[in-house]
Amino acid sequence: MNPLLAQLTAAETDGWWAGFQAFFVAPENAWAVSLLLVLIVGKTIPGMVSLLVWVERRGAALLQDRLGPNRVGPFGILQSIADLVKFIFKEDVLPGHVNKPIFLLAPALAVIPPLVVLSFIPWGANVAIADVDTGILACFAFSSLHVYSVSLGGWASNSKYPLLGGVRAAAQMISYEIALGLSALSVFVIAGTLRLHDVVMFQTDGLTIAGTTYDALWARILDWNLFKQPLGAIIFLIAGFAETNRHPFDMPEAESELAAGYHTEFSSMKFALFFLGEYAAMIVMSSLFIVMYLGGWTFFGVENLLTDWVAEYGAANPGWINWPLIVEAHLHVGIFLGKLAFLLWFFIWVRWSLPRFRYDQLMSIGWKRLLPASLLWFALTAVGVALVR
Amino acid sequence: MADITTSHYIVLSALIFAVGLFGVVTRKNTVIILMSLELMLNGTNLAFVAFSRHWGNLQGQVFTFFVIAVAAAEAAVALAIIIALNRVRKGVTLDEATELKG
Amino acid sequence: MEGLGIQLAFYSFAAVTIGSALLATMAKKIVNSAFALMATFFGVAGIYGVLGSDFMAVTQIVVYVGGILILLCFGMLLTDRVPDEFRVRSPRRYVGASIAATLTFVGLAWAISGTAWARLPHITDGSAEALPTTALIGNALLTDYLLPFEFASIVLLVVLVGAARVARGGTR
Repeated sequence: MNPLLAQLTAAETDGWWAGFQAFFVAPENAWAVSLLLVLIVGKTIPGMVSLLVWVERRGAALLQDRLGPNRVGPFGILQSIADLVKFIFKEDVLPGHVNKPIFLLAPALAVIPPLVVLSFIPWGANVAIADVDTGILACFAFSSLHVYSVSLGGWASNSKYPLLGGVRAAAQMISYEIALGLSALSVFVIAGTLRLHDVVMFQTDGLTIAGTTYDALWARILDWNLFKQPLGAIIFLIAGFAETNRHPFDMPEAESELAAGYHTEFSSMKFALFFLGEYAAMIVMSSLFIVMYLGGWTFFGVENLLTDWVAEYGAANPGWINWPLIVEAHLHVGIFLGKLAFLLWFFIWVRWSLPRFRYDQLMSIGWKRLLPASLLWFALTAVGVALVR
Repeated sequence: MADITTSHYIVLSALIFAVGLFGVVTRKNTVIILMSLELMLNGTNLAFVAFSRHWGNLQGQVFTFFVIAVAAAEAAVALAIIIALNRVRKGVTLDEATELKG
Repeated sequence: MEGLGIQLAFYSFAAVTIGSALLATMAKKIVNSAFALMATFFGVAGIYGVLGSDFMAVTQIVVYVGGILILLCFGMLLTDRVPDEFRVRSPRRYVGASIAATLTFVGLAWAISGTAWARLPHITDGSAEALPTTALIGNALLTDYLLPFEFASIVLLVVLVGAARVARGGTR
């Protein structure tokens, strides 16, 4: 027997500890596990965002051959916390000419939809707050709400530049949502399911060519949707950049050229919420990309290393919390976070490498390039699926 | 409290429909009239889905799907008309759009 | 227990739906109407969820909140010059509308209460059992309802072209 397993099996078998375990194992208390996950995800994301802001600033400095924030804490890693304190203590200006209820709601609307979408993401085989049957569709339903914070925030400010910025941002987000949805549709067609968990499993069950399933490493690598859907993945990524208002599509808030846009009138924490929402949307878009194209929590078999241990422990200790399962969950989430870190770095990398598009170029890319390309790719995918089956 | 039966859903749908009707008749801004129309459609959709559950088949839900598709089309056309109206009349108040009156 | 949860969900969603619907039709400012309508659409989606049709709930959010309401907001952003006051200037119209809406509701409620629901054959009644429905609806759309499905797509295409033409204006 595995020594760690023996140690775990020898854990206390009575008292409050047993009651605690029985509570979490009982199927009718599944809500408690979900609540725990909600708390963990809800607490982690703001932390991730502050780290991400620091990485972005240091990364920018690295790419531009300068130092970047390096005063607060080692390597300036506490800079975001200092910024947060500054945001909280800044005067919260509420201009007299704004539409108050909407003006106060808009920043919250920027943060809530990304956090809701994160609850649909499967971080590991058994780690998802709500693995709903309509997964992809539900994610798009809630991430499309981001437009409201932008357009209504701009409108409620009741002044010219925010209004123009709001219309500009809303038009951009709606335009690219179509290409985004169509490329996701192709994934849905080849996977045959909307449930994100099953979409991930579809990418790990080995590559099937002409009735033969290959299980070698090359087949596992090619099984990722990234290689089955190359054009779809590229379109999704580009549209994702535009959807999250990131460079090279960050027209909604081009500070130097276009007077900042929809959040010109917002100050202190309200501005910080828009900021948080933007970075949370980045995390959401990267997570969706990982789940749909990069095999989610799997990494060519590494994710299955602990399966035997979990099964052994589960068989030996019925009615107990399966601790190895939790260790396995950490492995899965770790793999997922590794991919997430890479993608987020990619976002930052692109931001400091490419120049910004002009607005008319942005619109023509969205409608004249990405939309026909994604339609064509969808048709090709449909034909391919029909031929293979 | 009594159990929630189909009639609860239908009463709710009738209520939404009536509120939408109220909006369509009282408001003058075309955009808000459209919003109220969408409310009325939502009321009927709710009735369809409730009946779908009541009969235990999918017909009602499929019909709702088509209603939603047509509602989307309607909203697109209406937006186009509102923009055209705004260009011609410099306003979107419905009472003033009387070009077609004989 | 199960029944209580359903009741709680139904009544809270119904309260949100009706309250925000009233707000949407009566709000002084058009942007407040838009926000209230968003809450209404979410409430209706919640009721769909209570009814056990998850696909319709998500479709409701995607199309109504993520599509139609955004279109309406665009209409609002592009045309808003005079703030739309809630004109009670013509009280005749207001009173008439109240009477018409009340009569409609009373008539419908009378018809509903007169129907012997228990005697109608039904399989499930108001409980969420048939989840998930996505695959079922998908199959139904591409088999029994294929013709209307295709027609709907043609309608949408024609509408897209027509709307672009109307919005663009001119005689080109």
